[in-house]
Amino acid sequence: MLDLILFAIPSLFVLAGALIVIFAKNPVHNSMGLVLTLASLAVVYITLNATFVAMVQMLVYAGAVMTLFLFVIMMIGVDKAEQTKEEIKGQTFLVLGTLILLGSLLAYVVINSGFKWDLWFPAVDYSIEGTPDLIASTLFTGWVFPFEVISILLIVAATAAIALAYDTKTRKDDD
Amino acid sequence: MSIDLIISAIKAFLILGLLLTNTLLLIWLERKVVAGMQARVGPDRAGPFGIFQTVADAIKLLLKEQIMPLKADRAMYLLAPIIALVPSFLIFMIIPLGPDLNLEINGQNINVPLVGADLNVGVLFFLALSSIAVYSVVLAGWSSGSKYPLLGGVRASAQMISYEAAMGLSLVPVILYSGSMSMTEIVKSQAGNLSSPIPFLDAIVSFIPKWNVFPQFVAFAIFFIASVAEVNRAPFDLVEAEQELVGGFHTEYSGFRFAMFFLAEYINMFNMCAITATFFLGGWLGPTFSNFLPPLISAFMPAFWLGVKTFGLLFIYVWIRATLPRLRYDQLMELGWKRLIPISLVWLILTSIVLGIREFGFPWS
Repeated sequence: MLDLILFAIPSLFVLAGALIVIFAKNPVHNSMGLVLTLASLAVVYITLNATFVAMVQMLVYAGAVMTLFLFVIMMIGVDKAEQTKEEIKGQTFLVLGTLILLGSLLAYVVINSGFKWDLWFPAVDYSIEGTPDLIASTLFTGWVFPFEVISILLIVAATAAIALAYDTKTRKDDD
Repeated sequence: MSIDLIISAIKAFLILGLLLTNTLLLIWLERKVVAGMQARVGPDRAGPFGIFQTVADAIKLLLKEQIMPLKADRAMYLLAPIIALVPSFLIFMIIPLGPDLNLEINGQNINVPLVGADLNVGVLFFLALSSIAVYSVVLAGWSSGSKYPLLGGVRASAQMISYEAAMGLSLVPVILYSGSMSMTEIVKSQAGNLSSPIPFLDAIVSFIPKWNVFPQFVAFAIFFIASVAEVNRAPFDLVEAEQELVGGFHTEYSGFRFAMFFLAEYINMFNMCAITATFFLGGWLGPTFSNFLPPLISAFMPAFWLGVKTFGLLFIYVWIRATLPRLRYDQLMELGWKRLIPISLVWLILTSIVLGIREFGFPWS
């Protein structure tokens, strides 16, 4: 029962934040809704004993990424009215199709496993704690190859971003 | 009710009281010290040496009218001061004030750790909360619906993101050197004196305490500069540059909401100094004189030493404020991105190489 309460309170905040993201008119309110969702997700991680993941979630997503979002929103101005016109042709039908697909997938899983309580709230193994030691030893032994590949991908992306932003011709004129 | 719950509640109340009264003292101290450095008298009317000046100011702020600008974004305007206060109180939770206390209550032996919460990810907790604190400044600036606060908010977000990177990177070598992310373990790793494998050097350094500030002096310098920028103190106070932006992000705030920003700023300053002392100056380590002092007093000596170190650093903060002129915006960004971050990366690599050699020996041997 305590598990359920500990899960329900932060998940209510997750849902509330997600609803704010969708329905609020002001871009700053949207982004703050996303912050609420991400921060509440960190609380869910803490209840699952994954403290390291929770802190990284707060630091990277709720902290750094969303501050940059907010910064960009404030830079480009927030007084513009929100666009309500459909940008993509047949947007509604695409979204509806995706929803039906996802719904049928969920229904298939539920029907196949036969409405069990354990499916919705699986028992948590509280004996394992997500310490930095545990995560580091898993990441740098069994998963070291994917880890290195991802780091190369990130470096390529960062280099590409700098190459695109750094226009050599205009730069020479400045100096 | 379990005894742990009661102990946690007592701790929470003590920390709340400590931080609030400490802020009153801190503001008075800053005004007095700056006045002394500028050959002025400073506050001297309310109470002896004007020590009740801050109390009078606080009462004035509480009784003032709270104005809300017509163009303000109501929800965010009300939320911003709360976001400012909450992380500042939470950060103090991870600072260890002393070794574990052994209490005897009703014949039971109870071990009370003198820290709000000994997290095994304490360093990340601190960094995460200080990145949440940025929102208060950004939102306050934006939601006021006025030009100067918005400029202050934009400046703040750029400055705090830049210096957070340098701050986090400067802490990584310290974590490597101490071998833990828990604040309690970092303090314990600094016990004892320095030693060196070379006998001649060992004779010199063996008198120096093993505080991280000596082997990690570059990390200390970077962390100290970044921490001054992170709490928006002079010479990095572009966020609230009085001459250009009136009051910066809190221009449109008045009364108690302004007081909340003010309180958060000083609590953050105190937290930052206590954390610097914990990371680099040995935290609560110091002589306890348990031989000739009564046990009750010697039990509080660790907290006393932490206080001495923290207030020493706070004095340096005030000293810097009274001495240095404010940086220009491009100078600030250049210092952060072109100096502090590369230096901290180089220092991180150097520390890793030295620790690797110490652990595994030279690669060719």
